[in-house]
Amino acid sequence: MSMKPEHELDETGIPHIASPPRRWTPGREWRTMYAFVERNFHLVRRYLSWEIVNIFYSIINAMTIGLISFAAPAKDKAATTLFLVIGALMWGYLSILFDEVANSITYERWEGTIEYTFMAPIRRLTHLLGTCLWGASYGLLRTLIVLAVAAWFFHLPLSKANLLAAIVALLISSLSFMGLGLIAAVLPLLSTERGAQATHIIQGVILLVSGIYYPVTVLPRFVQWLSNFSPATYALDTTRAALLDGAGLGVLWPSLLKLFAIGVALIPIGLAIFTTAEHYAMRTGRLKRNG
Amino acid sequence: MEDVILCKNVSKRFWEKSDPERDDQIGKGRTKRSIGGRKREVAALDDVSFRVGKGEVLGILGANGSGKSTLIRVISTLLYPDEGLVEVFGLDVRKHPHAIRPRISRVSVEASFFKKLSALENLVFSGRLYGLSRTETVTKSAAILRRLGFSEQKMRAPLENMSRGQQQKVAIARAFLTEPELLLLDEPTTGLDPKSRRDVQEFVEEVKATGQTTIILTTHDMAEAERLCDRVAILDGGRLVALDTADGLKRKVGVEAGNLEDVFFAFAGRKWEDEEEDEHEA
Repeated sequence: MSMKPEHELDETGIPHIASPPRRWTPGREWRTMYAFVERNFHLVRRYLSWEIVNIFYSIINAMTIGLISFAAPAKDKAATTLFLVIGALMWGYLSILFDEVANSITYERWEGTIEYTFMAPIRRLTHLLGTCLWGASYGLLRTLIVLAVAAWFFHLPLSKANLLAAIVALLISSLSFMGLGLIAAVLPLLSTERGAQATHIIQGVILLVSGIYYPVTVLPRFVQWLSNFSPATYALDTTRAALLDGAGLGVLWPSLLKLFAIGVALIPIGLAIFTTAEHYAMRTGRLKRNG
Repeated sequence: MEDVILCKNVSKRFWEKSDPERDDQIGKGRTKRSIGGRKREVAALDDVSFRVGKGEVLGILGANGSGKSTLIRVISTLLYPDEGLVEVFGLDVRKHPHAIRPRISRVSVEASFFKKLSALENLVFSGRLYGLSRTETVTKSAAILRRLGFSEQKMRAPLENMSRGQQQKVAIARAFLTEPELLLLDEPTTGLDPKSRRDVQEFVEEVKATGQTTIILTTHDMAEAERLCDRVAILDGGRLVALDTADGLKRKVGVEAGNLEDVFFAFAGRKWEDEEEDEHEA
């Protein structure tokens, strides 16, 4: 009798006996999330020249926004530059996260792999958080590159900035942005051709209400009220406080706690919305690319 | 024999954009108005019932649009049936998809991959989703791909540089990587050159010989169905019009000395050319 484990292939590559289903473990969920990070990393590597073009665009965009401050009175110029550049960086980070999540679904639909991903024995939350984890990591890297170039170009007054607190704020706000990313991912799931573009609507609303390039106090009252619901508002407040005023975690923790709470609420909401859309797609046959 | 698949009175309908002239000609289904224009209801599967036992290879024949791929999608937990019951390993596909998914695999007519990535990069991704480590995936993938005639160098080349036949072999490797108990092969050899087709067919034969994997194979290739399948089902307009061994089907239509094509024409009541004509009109 053969002592070969049940799941082994022989040297000819012919499978013998089917493996029993594997048990759930946190380590396995982490490895599944890593699968999406690794795959997207390989894709970025293959499109490296285009990624360099995208980073160049992000730098140009941040500089253009920063240069608006040159029209401000000389005494306010440095602070205004930093205020605007932080807005541009946050906006860039949010856009990368959204685009990576939306494009990941769009790309899977174009290539026809989404049916295989959906057939795989993985939790949807793990799948989507893996995609978001890549978006957040890649977004953070690109944002730091743009920050470095902008700091050099504008001679940003970062001497009293608390970079650690700013990065912590960005990471905590990523939770909320991931929740919004899950909601945005519904659009390319339902429409391959138009869905990814439609995610810009969500980004546009956030841009409008969150005070990215202006204080929310200048907004009409009802739009100001909406800014309370945008995690980007708190993310910007805390990041600006850390970079402009050098505020530390001891001062920022109430806002960070609020950001964390929004993230904790948004992720299950995003998952529920995505799952509902998934069931709709499975009822109406929208997952297929052709055939 | 233990049932791996049970389909009982399964129906699935879709709404398609309506063409009034064509609708009058075929004269079936309900219609409705929507924002995108008038739509008509098309029955992709209509009261389909059958069972498949463990280790069996069931072939499904049918013209384009007969419901073969819809049936595969329903069994593979990707599409909910409107009516009827579909059980895989005794589990309802709607209620227990997570228990079914680790035990099944699928190969579709299009080899769906990230074409910029290499065969191994794609397979490592798939393997990770099924809980396999990188080392385990690479070892298994290499064994299967070598068996299908792949060189080590080719395994590391982007899929966009491969022929359709080679891409389909990578899809076969992906399907066998997880040692599925149920394998759903949706026209795996359509469009392949004779050499690639024979490689894939021989591989399926070898897997069949182990008796451990149940296979559903949809195909347009009658000789392939006759060679690989224990039983053959014929779908026509979403209806299961025949199900038996190849010899049994031939006996039923009185063409014992003929081939499965004669059987198909007898049950489907029309020729392939008619179907192609319909598609062109559509």
